[in-house]
Amino acid sequence: MFARRWQREKYPMTYIQKPKINLPGMAKNAIGLTLRDYEGGLSTLCAGCGHDSITAAIVQAFFELAIPPEDVIKLSGIGCSSKTPAYFVHGAHGFNSVHGRMPSVATGAMAGNRDLVCIAVSGDGDSLSIGFGQFGHVVRRNLNMLYIIENNGVYGLTKGQFSASADPGSRAKKGEVNVMQSIDPVSTAIALGGSFVARGFSGDRDQLVPLIKAGIRHEGCAVLDVISPCVTFNDHEGSTKSYAYTRENYHPAVYTDFVPPAEQIETEYAEGDAVSVKLHDGSSIRLRKADESYDPSERSTVVHYLEEQRAKGEVVTGLLYIDEDLPEMHAISNTEAMPLAKREYKDLSPGAEALVKLQKGMR
Amino acid sequence: MTAQQSRINDFVLKIGTVNGTGSASANGLLMKALFRMGIPVTGKNMFPSNIQGLPTWYEIRANKDGYMARAGRVDVMVAMNAQTYKKDLAEVSPGGFLIYDSTWPRERSLQREDITVLGVPLAKLANENFSVARVRILMKNVAYVGVLAALLDIDLEIIQELLKETFAAKPKLVDSNLKAIMLGYDYAAEHFTCPLPARAEKMDGNKGKVLIEGNAATALGAVYAGATVGAWYPITPSTSVMDAFKSYCDMFRTDPETGERRYCIIQAEDELAAAGIVLGANWTGARAFTPTSGPGISLMSEFIGFAYYAEIPSVFIDVQRVGPSTGMPTRTQQCDLMLAAYASHGDTRHPILLPKDPHECFEMAAQSFDLAERLQTPVFFLSDLDIGMNDWMIPELEWDDSFQPDRGKVLGPKELDGMEKFHRYLDTDGDGIPYRTLPGRDSRGAYFVRGSGHNRYGGYTEDADEYQDVVDRLLVKWETAKTIVPAPEVIRSGKQSAYGIIAFGSSHGAVMEAMDRLDADGIHAEYMRLRAFPFSEEVKAFIDEHETIFVVEQNRDAQMRSLLMLETGASPEKLVSVLHYNGLPIPSDCIVDALREHVRKEVAA
Repeated sequence: MFARRWQREKYPMTYIQKPKINLPGMAKNAIGLTLRDYEGGLSTLCAGCGHDSITAAIVQAFFELAIPPEDVIKLSGIGCSSKTPAYFVHGAHGFNSVHGRMPSVATGAMAGNRDLVCIAVSGDGDSLSIGFGQFGHVVRRNLNMLYIIENNGVYGLTKGQFSASADPGSRAKKGEVNVMQSIDPVSTAIALGGSFVARGFSGDRDQLVPLIKAGIRHEGCAVLDVISPCVTFNDHEGSTKSYAYTRENYHPAVYTDFVPPAEQIETEYAEGDAVSVKLHDGSSIRLRKADESYDPSERSTVVHYLEEQRAKGEVVTGLLYIDEDLPEMHAISNTEAMPLAKREYKDLSPGAEALVKLQKGMR
Repeated sequence: MTAQQSRINDFVLKIGTVNGTGSASANGLLMKALFRMGIPVTGKNMFPSNIQGLPTWYEIRANKDGYMARAGRVDVMVAMNAQTYKKDLAEVSPGGFLIYDSTWPRERSLQREDITVLGVPLAKLANENFSVARVRILMKNVAYVGVLAALLDIDLEIIQELLKETFAAKPKLVDSNLKAIMLGYDYAAEHFTCPLPARAEKMDGNKGKVLIEGNAATALGAVYAGATVGAWYPITPSTSVMDAFKSYCDMFRTDPETGERRYCIIQAEDELAAAGIVLGANWTGARAFTPTSGPGISLMSEFIGFAYYAEIPSVFIDVQRVGPSTGMPTRTQQCDLMLAAYASHGDTRHPILLPKDPHECFEMAAQSFDLAERLQTPVFFLSDLDIGMNDWMIPELEWDDSFQPDRGKVLGPKELDGMEKFHRYLDTDGDGIPYRTLPGRDSRGAYFVRGSGHNRYGGYTEDADEYQDVVDRLLVKWETAKTIVPAPEVIRSGKQSAYGIIAFGSSHGAVMEAMDRLDADGIHAEYMRLRAFPFSEEVKAFIDEHETIFVVEQNRDAQMRSLLMLETGASPEKLVSVLHYNGLPIPSDCIVDALREHVRKEVAA
């Protein structure tokens, strides 16, 4: 004990733990936990950063879904966005990996233990440039995870360079105009054969929370692009990823409600207005179309619609594409249900006798 | 007669063909037939980085004394490839034999008086007896097996038995193959004096032995270690590790009824991703590995440094090939030693296991998972193309069913019950190894893995003292590693000697043979075979014991010599390099010549 105290005096903790205070009367979820139980450390991002609003939405979604924190893994790459897993679900194991390489670590983790609930936070720099390859392949693999891209069109941690999602014509803080084409994670993910592709806005938590919940419960790779303005480097006039621009051109194509398994869907909408998609765990997503012509289950029309709106400068949001029938990674490879990491050694070794038998063919 | 008289069960047979013509199965048949006659054999592939149409060679050494290294001589050459005829002819040792396809005339200008050239119209024989074009090409190659059976006195019954086993599912193929063999056999028996002075004779040298490639043995080691996740990107010469892992897992870990798999193999988009997958899986407590080669390690280096600093167990199997860059992907070298030892930016050092043959591949592959989890760090398993893709005769692999894997310091809910608070990077035992927890088990064990600065409690830090505290503790762990990695093997000559030889991996066979040959010359040396990095105290002691140390290795830059100097402080004057790096497996000549030359110079001085 003495040694321990000495160590603490010499090496005080330099990171800030959020005090965990459960006020009496705080709402509890189905497993008896409060919202506080889903929070993490204090954010060190700039005041007003869109990422913090997304963190709050994640906390809300996990609380409402009543997921045991120990079942959760939270991963990220490198960048401002990738810092955020430290700010939610403190009872979950976290993995702040290498720049652009989060998808491979997530793949390995889910390969090892398929029962985990995997949430990963990345950014436009992390996913659309250095990690574009890994982003593409994790979508293709349809790994069972929620993949959030906090998209602000700019490299924040290195002070304001354009990212690959910066729109042509968008102006940097110091006046430089981006002339290259932008990479849109939503249309990319759809083109890659993604099974769940959505876009949200950090300024619209009402829309974001059900999208996060649906993404977590979706069996497969749920890509959620969230426009998340950078208040320090990309929130000025001339930027197409600012609060002002996004609010002005905000265009929800579908409103998404997440309905847990136990709840009945009450018909509130006229026939044809709402589509219900049943998820594998018994919950469902109800999609209310803002635009009649929109069909989130038809890839070609979705792509067409997105292109049309992009030409108009609209920021289309909502659960834009879903295919609940695409098999996720383990279904594709027919892995057994029990997590491999939990298998005991005796169930893995073929044994001495098998080795003797095998070698009979090696003479 | 010449010295050829004494070449019973002591000869080298080399076959030059065109790849993609089925010669691999013909050569395998020869190899196995000799093996079943009880003659120690070893087979080495010298193949192009190509699928069809380029020259390829297979070299079989039959040796009654059990020497397994490449011999550096050719007693019988089968030159099936007109393109390489000149080269093949030149390579035959004086007094040797060359067999060629006499269907077409050979170039008359190419003559050698000191060897015997035997022509067999192989293509003609195949064309006259088989109708389908593809079959003709294949059978031409099977026919030379028949020619060699007659010339080398290889047991036809054994060949027949092997064909039956190979084509158990397609009995028709047994007949056609046998027909081709007899075509060659009868032709040779009729036209030449059979058998040749270099020939096979049944003996009893292979009791308890099996024939296996190192990559298959490596994969088996991973299966027996309990590895469940394999991630990879295809690369020669490591691809057959994952091929074998998959087929053994299909055999042993697939539910026969449901087809459900108790393993997960992921072909990643590149080696960077393969490394990430390995880290992710090991983080959750599944044993995971990736097989690759030098270029793959270059790409993985980013994650290797991460795993070192974040202390994530991981196994990297590097089947070395000729570098740098793409180099010669189908040729062998021991050239990734430095790369593996210090892979990644910043201060990093990694344990390396150095198997000498497929037998050790099996044992060390299994061991590498134990070491990785015990030390919570990336562990390299360094074999090479020679070990990995060639046919080796080794003592039968054995497994002890009482084996329990060492999962290292892992805390579960029970252990966490008794703790005030879990700290990920705290060294409570003084061995430099902290405790870890696994995701999905207990929220009291939750921590954040990060490659950025962290303190002993697992928290983010940019504090000078806290940073240094952790990296200094990693050095304590390095010292622990020295005590638990496989110890070197010392082979004493029994005669006191000022000379020591240090070698490792696939050079072992050549060193052993060289020592016997040098012994006959009156040059005695003691031999330490390194089996792992970091070096234990014994390595330094062995260097100190001898006046001169010959460091034998298969790379240009004497990488092991550098490592020995760096890590043991050995004096450069004392360490004499014996290097072989042309891409072919090292023969004993290289070592014998170097030592003889050194002794000659010493005497002259």
